[in-house]
Amino acid sequence: MVTPMAAPKRIEIQDLRLSYGGREVLHGITLDVEANEILAIIGPAQSGKTSLLRCMNRMIDVIPEARVSGTVKVDGVDVRSIRNVCELRRKIGMVAPLPVGLPLSIYDNVAFAPMQAGVTGTAELDVLVERCLRRAALWDEVKDRLRTLGSKLSGGQQQRLTIARALSHQPEILCLDEFSIAIDPITTARIEDVLRELRSEMTVVMVTNLVQQARRLADRTAFLLNGDLIEIGPTEAVFSDRPARRETYDYVQGLFG
Amino acid sequence: MRLSRKQLRAWSEKLIELAIRLCGISAIVFVFGIFFFVFREGAPFLAKIDLREFLFSDQWIPTSQTNPRYGVGALIVGSVSVTVLAMAIAVPFGVGAAIFLSEFCGPRAKEGLKITIELLAAIPSVVWGFIGLSVVSPLLIQVFHVPIGVNLFNGALLLALMSVPIIVSIGEDALKAVPDTYREAAVALGATRWQVVYRVLLPAAKNGLLAAVLLGVGRAIGETMAVLMATGHSIRIPHSLFDPIRTLTATIAAELGETSQGSEHYQVLFLIGLLLFLITFIVNLTADLVVKGIRRK
Repeated sequence: MVTPMAAPKRIEIQDLRLSYGGREVLHGITLDVEANEILAIIGPAQSGKTSLLRCMNRMIDVIPEARVSGTVKVDGVDVRSIRNVCELRRKIGMVAPLPVGLPLSIYDNVAFAPMQAGVTGTAELDVLVERCLRRAALWDEVKDRLRTLGSKLSGGQQQRLTIARALSHQPEILCLDEFSIAIDPITTARIEDVLRELRSEMTVVMVTNLVQQARRLADRTAFLLNGDLIEIGPTEAVFSDRPARRETYDYVQGLFG
Repeated sequence: MRLSRKQLRAWSEKLIELAIRLCGISAIVFVFGIFFFVFREGAPFLAKIDLREFLFSDQWIPTSQTNPRYGVGALIVGSVSVTVLAMAIAVPFGVGAAIFLSEFCGPRAKEGLKITIELLAAIPSVVWGFIGLSVVSPLLIQVFHVPIGVNLFNGALLLALMSVPIIVSIGEDALKAVPDTYREAAVALGATRWQVVYRVLLPAAKNGLLAAVLLGVGRAIGETMAVLMATGHSIRIPHSLFDPIRTLTATIAAELGETSQGSEHYQVLFLIGLLLFLITFIVNLTADLVVKGIRRK
């Protein structure tokens, strides 16, 4: 059998186990993220989706009682062996489920990461900030008040601000953790369009509770349940009448979860 | 007639509310009460003196039989200079220690450090004065070859040591109150620990940190015993770090016992108390305005 030319792998996860103070929440996950795809991770609450994301950019390090085993490789390099973890985190943009505006102005929220990375020219920053805000479909709403506090924006605007911020350090991989929780359907649709466009230049991993969102957007979908990877495959297959596993069918059809 | 459960609960609710209200009001009443009594003792003299001479002259000769002079200019300079110098030492150390405690050190080191710092806060000021006399003073003479060890620098050093614990504990609370989500968001953006502190935590906690510093200022400017013992208690406007000085508070403490009630000297000492009131009031007001200014931005 001839396999089609496999896309290069951005992230390779091998037998990843994670426990918080002795309670194991990920029971040996193995999956790959291919370059320039949108991979959706679906599953009910408490199935380990967010924890899985956190293992990718080593944000799991900030939780003292977390124990990780197995390997997570980003572009072929084991993240455990990475010395400069800041660089890894700049490579992977992360959008949290609830918008967290840093206590800074709109402009500074977006300029934060580039400035940390050493971009200091005002003109250069201006261009960067505008481009990121445009991409996150927020520019038109905030262009006249870039100096006001980010926290003054509405919930949906703040969420788009965090997306703009995640794009500001020009990540190669963008992880979104239930980004549409705080925003209305129209804005969600706009951001989904943005994500489809971004696919040509980066890899997108999105965790979502909305199975239909995964169906609309994702090239491949992974189904996580109680810390186990039930199934991963092309979105059409996962959402078809005959996915590989019965649980997947039940979940995407809304029979539980 | 027996009260029903419901009525009983409504009554107790009212009673508790009243008690809490009284507590709140009492704070205001006490402050005004203190102000009133100090004012009553000092007021008669306010009419008699030239306010300009009182505030700006450095001639303080209250015990002279023929020509007493009541200028507190040197005392104001003494109080202000020792406080400013103390803060110049205490703020960097205090804020730095607060940042270290809340962001950088491990849980076990944190426990040990906090206990030590609390211990530092519990040392009575007279003991600090004693340390100033018997430890700091000879040390200053040895290291800097100054003629007198009890001086401005000695007092400021003690005041700094006394205000650091306050700045640390309040400052640490302020930093702890910054939501972890801020830290995580900044870390996820690839910020280093120091960048997180500098760009996110300090701006987010600036009100609390300012409050910490001002409490330190309050502690320093109001401190009496340590400065009385360690600053040399000599009336003059200092020209160097190692000149002896005298503060407003120390003057009251040293002289009030020797005056007869109602005399000019007695009244003028109360006037100094009023002046201290005014200074703390101005410090607090400025702080309020600064904090509000920051918020508006």
